[in-house]
Amino acid sequence: MILVGVWYVAALSACALAALAAVLGPARGRPALVGTITVGAGALAAVAGVAAMGGGGWQAWLPEVLPLAGVRLAIDPLSGVFIAVTGAVTSCAALYGVGYAKDGHGPAGRVTQAAVPLFVASMLLVPAAASVSTLLLTWELMAITSLLLVLAEHRRRAAVGEAALWYAVMTHLGLVAILSGLFAFAASAGGESFAQLRAAELSPAMRSAVFVATFVGFASKAGIVPLHVWLPRAHPEAPSHVSALMSAAMVNLGCYGILRVGLDLLGGGPAWWWLLVLAAGAVSALYGILHAVVAADLKRLLAYSTTENMGLVLIGLGAAGFFATAGFDALAGVALTAALLHVVNHAAFKTVLFLAAGSVLRATGTRDLDALGGLRTRMPYTTGLFAVGALCASALPPGNAFISEWLLLQSLIQSGSVSGLAGVVLMPLAVAVIALSAGLAVATFVKAFGVGFLARPRSPAAGAARESPPAMVGGMALAAGCCLALALAPVLIVPALTRPVLAVVAGTGVSARDLILAGGAGAISPTLIAAALVLAVGAVLALTRAVMVRRSRRVARLWDCGAGPMSARMEYTATSFAEPLQRVFDDVLAPENDVDVTPARESAYLVRRVAFHARVPDRIERRLYDPLLAVADDVGIRARRLANGSVHRYLAFGFCVLTGALVVLAVIE
Amino acid sequence: MAGVVLQVVLVGLGSPLLVGVMRQVRARLEGRAGAGIWQPWRDLRKLMRRQPITPAGTGWMFRAAPLLLPGTALVVASVVPLVTTASPLDGVADLFAVTALLTLGSVALALAGLDTGTAFGGMGASREVTVLALVEPTILLSVFALSVPAGSTNLGDIVTAAAEHPLSLISPVSLLAAVALVIVSIAETGRIPVDNPATHLELTMIHEAMTLEYAGLDLALIEWASAMRLSLLLGLLAGLFAPWGIATAGAGPLALLVAAVVIALKVTVLGGLLAASEVFMAKLRLFRIPELLAGSFLMALLAVAASYFLA
Amino acid sequence: MSLLRKIRKTGRVAEPAPERTLEDLPAAAQLRGSVQIRHVDAGSCNGCEVEIASAFGPVYDGERYGARLVASPRHADALLVTGPVTRNMASALRRTFEAVPEPRLVVALGDCARDCGVFAGAYGVAGAVRDVVPVDLEVPGCPPEPQVIIEALRRMTGR
Repeated sequence: MILVGVWYVAALSACALAALAAVLGPARGRPALVGTITVGAGALAAVAGVAAMGGGGWQAWLPEVLPLAGVRLAIDPLSGVFIAVTGAVTSCAALYGVGYAKDGHGPAGRVTQAAVPLFVASMLLVPAAASVSTLLLTWELMAITSLLLVLAEHRRRAAVGEAALWYAVMTHLGLVAILSGLFAFAASAGGESFAQLRAAELSPAMRSAVFVATFVGFASKAGIVPLHVWLPRAHPEAPSHVSALMSAAMVNLGCYGILRVGLDLLGGGPAWWWLLVLAAGAVSALYGILHAVVAADLKRLLAYSTTENMGLVLIGLGAAGFFATAGFDALAGVALTAALLHVVNHAAFKTVLFLAAGSVLRATGTRDLDALGGLRTRMPYTTGLFAVGALCASALPPGNAFISEWLLLQSLIQSGSVSGLAGVVLMPLAVAVIALSAGLAVATFVKAFGVGFLARPRSPAAGAARESPPAMVGGMALAAGCCLALALAPVLIVPALTRPVLAVVAGTGVSARDLILAGGAGAISPTLIAAALVLAVGAVLALTRAVMVRRSRRVARLWDCGAGPMSARMEYTATSFAEPLQRVFDDVLAPENDVDVTPARESAYLVRRVAFHARVPDRIERRLYDPLLAVADDVGIRARRLANGSVHRYLAFGFCVLTGALVVLAVIE
Repeated sequence: MAGVVLQVVLVGLGSPLLVGVMRQVRARLEGRAGAGIWQPWRDLRKLMRRQPITPAGTGWMFRAAPLLLPGTALVVASVVPLVTTASPLDGVADLFAVTALLTLGSVALALAGLDTGTAFGGMGASREVTVLALVEPTILLSVFALSVPAGSTNLGDIVTAAAEHPLSLISPVSLLAAVALVIVSIAETGRIPVDNPATHLELTMIHEAMTLEYAGLDLALIEWASAMRLSLLLGLLAGLFAPWGIATAGAGPLALLVAAVVIALKVTVLGGLLAASEVFMAKLRLFRIPELLAGSFLMALLAVAASYFLA
Repeated sequence: MSLLRKIRKTGRVAEPAPERTLEDLPAAAQLRGSVQIRHVDAGSCNGCEVEIASAFGPVYDGERYGARLVASPRHADALLVTGPVTRNMASALRRTFEAVPEPRLVVALGDCARDCGVFAGAYGVAGAVRDVVPVDLEVPGCPPEPQVIIEALRRMTGR
């Protein structure tokens, strides 16, 4: 039990040491030094998390660290899951970062190098926070450090600044929501430690207000539609190992917050809370994957896929909360296990994918799938590892996401008798969303892998790509190894999630373990699927060897219909690949096509140039945020007139506000 | 165990015959004599002896697809309740797993199509994946609707439950799911009106366009796998909606033999009906196909909703 | 329904298979009743194409002997070349020939394919098919009748 604390404190200390080394250490070898220590920190955190999942708890109360409130930390099995995931992602990303920082890619400066371990430390602290002030403090620390990292390459690309601005605003609006919710909670509960919050008796209206406010805040961190707009901007612009940390570890903490506040601190609630969560998850899953399928920017595609996967996790959380409030604890247990398993699985494959995307970016200088291709021969390791990640992400066996989505569907199958009218209407829709997002995820990752890595290079940069240094390949391989382990041996992982699930719902009876382990009725065995697949492919290979008469294969030129050799411009691109799907969903996606015809000066009938632009804008950004921003701009410009530099006027403002406040006070009293 | 071996052998050897039967039915309805039901086997026998070609610039994905496609089909053949519901691979005999395995095969072929880097390969892959992205959800949904009454997605359980309660087969859930599954099975196997397996025109192709670069043994494997997928989907339909005559665990050799004959008959009849209905239809324009698939998706969704209401 | 009635009324259109008069090609022993054919129009006037279409139509039903037209030379065992080889098509024909897996057959269909026919000596013509790729079987006629085409197909399939 004390062991968890030892590992955890060791991990935090290692983070601090890494930050210190970044600030004080020599510029030469700084990335290697910092990276190595951070790898260790991640490993320690992973061990601490796994130990906590096994039932070890740890608590600390440090009154002197923070005036007035003090820092209160507590690790329970649920925190353990998120600490373990963050730790494992950190190890992979930090190892990768060592190679990434070489020859001018990735952040090598003092501040950015120090920000990585601090970011990791804050992500390790958030799930361990056990009081409102500690949670908010660590949450803000996480926001600031990640913001610094998003800004790391702002000198190179103008888009970075804009992305960081979006991120800063959205994350702080989220913070405001969480802050107001939790402060109201703490004020009504009469104390701010989580133990006091759990024991508090609140009015139903207050509870709902707290839940909705915190849900909005945490959902914005998890990239849930319509609060996702920062995600497809910030993740592509951040250095790739930071993208991996953000996309695989940080967004999870949004789910953690919903789970902690909704199910643990508030102890469940009316069914509509969870149907709200489920609906938000369903919309995000669908919206995210639809944008992923048409995205031509590899990292943007992955960012939208994060929104999709967090949506799936929220569907699981919503179902779990819904079942728990309806009193079906066993089902709630299965749904929550599925959600947590999906968090773990998503973290594993998204780490691989973002790291591999960074490897491609480093080798070719572009994230544009339309300019990639043919990396298979020049970057064999990156290609192979991306293939593993893509297989997992497309929810096909023998990948790992297949298992968690399967488990999620299992929990929903049993829900027919549970749900009442709201459930009868919403649950089939949730199932439809999961099914549709699974289908579109296949298309997305066939596109990402097939167009990005197979075929022939579509640009000279892609043709001249070189494989990444061993440290980067090592980081990716580590993450891919986690994917494979999760995919082939969920038998080991799922039981480990029992305690975290029991920490928030009293799920007993049919456990997820029985469903995954072979043996029980309706059980599935991912290991057996993989084994059968290997065996069958082996059998086919043996069969072909047996019947093959001509063993030699002939190499021939591609069939070009007898015309001359085909150029790379004749290949299908990511845009053209996704065009049919874009057409199918054009009512939702609302793609924009512009044709600019520039006539010659002599005559309008002689065309000098025709330019065609096709893009798929984020409709929510267009319809919801752009008008808001316009209004804010407008208000700002009008408000400027109030401030004309006259001291007298400012004094008058002060006087008016004071008088107004006194009047209000008098009326209220 | 014996039942499963029988089943795999039956699918492996019988599915080219099914294709032959379907072509023959079609030929007769068109007033032609037809090449006979053994023609697909003659084609395969010849292709196996011919030289495979590796087009310049293709890589491991191109080589792997002809192995993965029949591989997934064989795994599915060993778990789908055609002859027997008792598969030793019970942990694989799950409807979601079966759907996902069939999808995995299609994905392998689509990636191989992209790997060639030809315009037609990319076009075929793009179309195949578009159809797949709409077909997979529909299959998952119909499967889900069928699983709700049984409370399990295990194939053996579903078929056993349906055989014990034959009245459940004419419930709206079952009927809606059946229609949806028939439509997506047609789409998945590339039959008219979604795709025309006999087309020579590249621009109208879906499935064929991805295989344009394959020759000899590779092509034989792909055609064999396509035939197996067709008979597996028809077999699955027969098993789910007419679950009689399938041997259960512990059945004797005679029962297995009877079950094999019964399933062969059921699949042949289904295949004949499918081929006959193709004569009456024209291929849909490519961008009308999503409408058809969206219709089937909606029907599957209705089936799920109905299953909740009736639960 | 009207189509169904039509089908029932029409019955079988295909004529009974005629007697074989010519011997199999040596390659037929290997192909054993299955020949996939890629048709190449190397510059034909489309007369031969019309006859090929009828050879695979319901009346002559070339498919019953195991012959089938395919879309890709990779799938093909034989090339069916029509027309004199025009300058523009010469390299295309050569490339198509190279794209067919070995062993491969080439059928020169029609008088033009055999010796350029009426187009002999024309400025756009590169030569007969045999001047560009090795030919295994020649089918005379301008255009060859479907029966003759069927006979040639049967010499390859051996059925």
